[in-house]
Amino acid sequence: MSAAVVFVDRSIRLSMRNVESLLLAIVLPAMLMLMFTFVFGGAIDPAGGYLTYVVPGIIVLCAGYGASTTAIDVAEDLRTGTINRFRTMPIPAVTVLVGHVVASLARNLLATAVVLVVGLLMGFRPEAGLWGWLGALAVLAVHITAITALFAAVGLATGSPQAASGYTFIVMFLPYLSSGFVPLDTLPAWLRPVAEHQPMTAVIESVRLLLSGADPQAAPWMALAWFLGVIAVSAAWTGWLFPRKVLH
Amino acid sequence: MTEPAIEVRGVTKSYGRHRVLTGVDLTVAPGEIFALLGPNGAGKTTLVNILTTLIRPDAGQARVLGCNVVAEARRIRSLIGVTGQFAAVDRELTAQENLIMVARLGGLARRAARARAEALLERVDLVPAARRRAGLLSGGMLRRLDLAMSLAQTPRVLFLDEPTTGMDTRSRQALWEDITDLARHGTTVMMTTQYLEEADQLADRIAILAAGAVISSGTAAELKSAIGEEYVILEQPGSEPVQIAFDGTLAGLRAVTDHGVGSATISVRRPTLDDVFIRLTGDGAGGESTSDQLAVAR
Repeated sequence: MSAAVVFVDRSIRLSMRNVESLLLAIVLPAMLMLMFTFVFGGAIDPAGGYLTYVVPGIIVLCAGYGASTTAIDVAEDLRTGTINRFRTMPIPAVTVLVGHVVASLARNLLATAVVLVVGLLMGFRPEAGLWGWLGALAVLAVHITAITALFAAVGLATGSPQAASGYTFIVMFLPYLSSGFVPLDTLPAWLRPVAEHQPMTAVIESVRLLLSGADPQAAPWMALAWFLGVIAVSAAWTGWLFPRKVLH
Repeated sequence: MTEPAIEVRGVTKSYGRHRVLTGVDLTVAPGEIFALLGPNGAGKTTLVNILTTLIRPDAGQARVLGCNVVAEARRIRSLIGVTGQFAAVDRELTAQENLIMVARLGGLARRAARARAEALLERVDLVPAARRRAGLLSGGMLRRLDLAMSLAQTPRVLFLDEPTTGMDTRSRQALWEDITDLARHGTTVMMTTQYLEEADQLADRIAILAAGAVISSGTAAELKSAIGEEYVILEQPGSEPVQIAFDGTLAGLRAVTDHGVGSATISVRRPTLDDVFIRLTGDGAGGESTSDQLAVAR
């Protein structure tokens, strides 16, 4: 436990020092908000209702970018021998990944806040009460944790920052194939079932419904089922990879 | 006899079909500086990785301070310090932050860790650089920081894998002094190196590792005398120098004079670790050839 605390401290410090990626975590969400509302928004909904529709999609898109840096960070720790050093100390070295995941959660909640603040400035008026907000934040927090855990495993598997960043496009791409940016019924019939049943749609629908003050129905449970699955797979994969990935 | 600090018996390790270690035996006494000397690919790092509990041997026994590297890995981890081939330092953190982090990981509370970091900075002479980001330190300073990090939990056995690779002469000297100082205070040091000079200068005993096995071991003097006598070199004007083995006896001297000394320049050369190395491995470390050595001897 005490090692995990030290590693969280380490990863947060490293995140704060990496000015470029911190800047990206703040600027990117703001840019995406402006672009989707002012550039695409007019064509999609001339009445201006697109802002309310697109906020959850952009939050999830940004979380994908933000979490993907974890793959690069973990691969870098492996490449530099840092993880080797931790392995030779009397601590469970795998907890170094806990530090990375918690730091990613902090970074991405910051990015989420930026999206929401920019949205509110632009006229986004969610109808949710306290429980709706808490529910939406909880869904997002678990979502970020799950994809970061997956990215940490990807970082271990590749072992090289360049290769790791190559794989991250998959999660970057998934939000576009969801209900995040266009309603599902505008998709071709063959694509609709894929988009409907993928995890990003479950997260985005949960957040959208919760923030609008509506009953989210089954969406959060679908999302939760996906997260538990992703976390279980990531944990098992990490448990298998970690002892095998010794730098030599 | 006291318990050895490190004891290795018949250790083998393969990666796929590549046999990296083919059966290593060695013993390191407490408080000794022990150098593992060998060319690239000899298996030095693999052996260090086994002894530092990073990987498991396929067969054989390895013990550090009496603890089995497989069954008692966790206990070993609280007794050793390791500096790997590459400086495992967080470049974005300051020197001080790096040290505080490892001290805390070693079990010290925040305040004690801070004090420990101060002491370590002093020990490796990095106090002025304490608040500088590690990524901005020179190569030599970075290696010293790396060494300090491996001392955070006051190890009884310290492993250094090629600690001076890529260092300039002055930084190398500074690190050598640090290592000798540690050994004087009772720390057992096992280091790997490709540099014969480094092993010769620092180590109490040396093992030569080639193709996955120890092919010879002993003090530098023992290794040198094992390959025999001194050489007498005769240089006649206008012809190649002649090298004649000389064992110090009258018969040996006669063998020299039989070459027809005449107007030759005569010099005597003692065997160096290079000779030992070349003789045993059929290969010079660092690409030096025997004729280069002759040139140096003159």
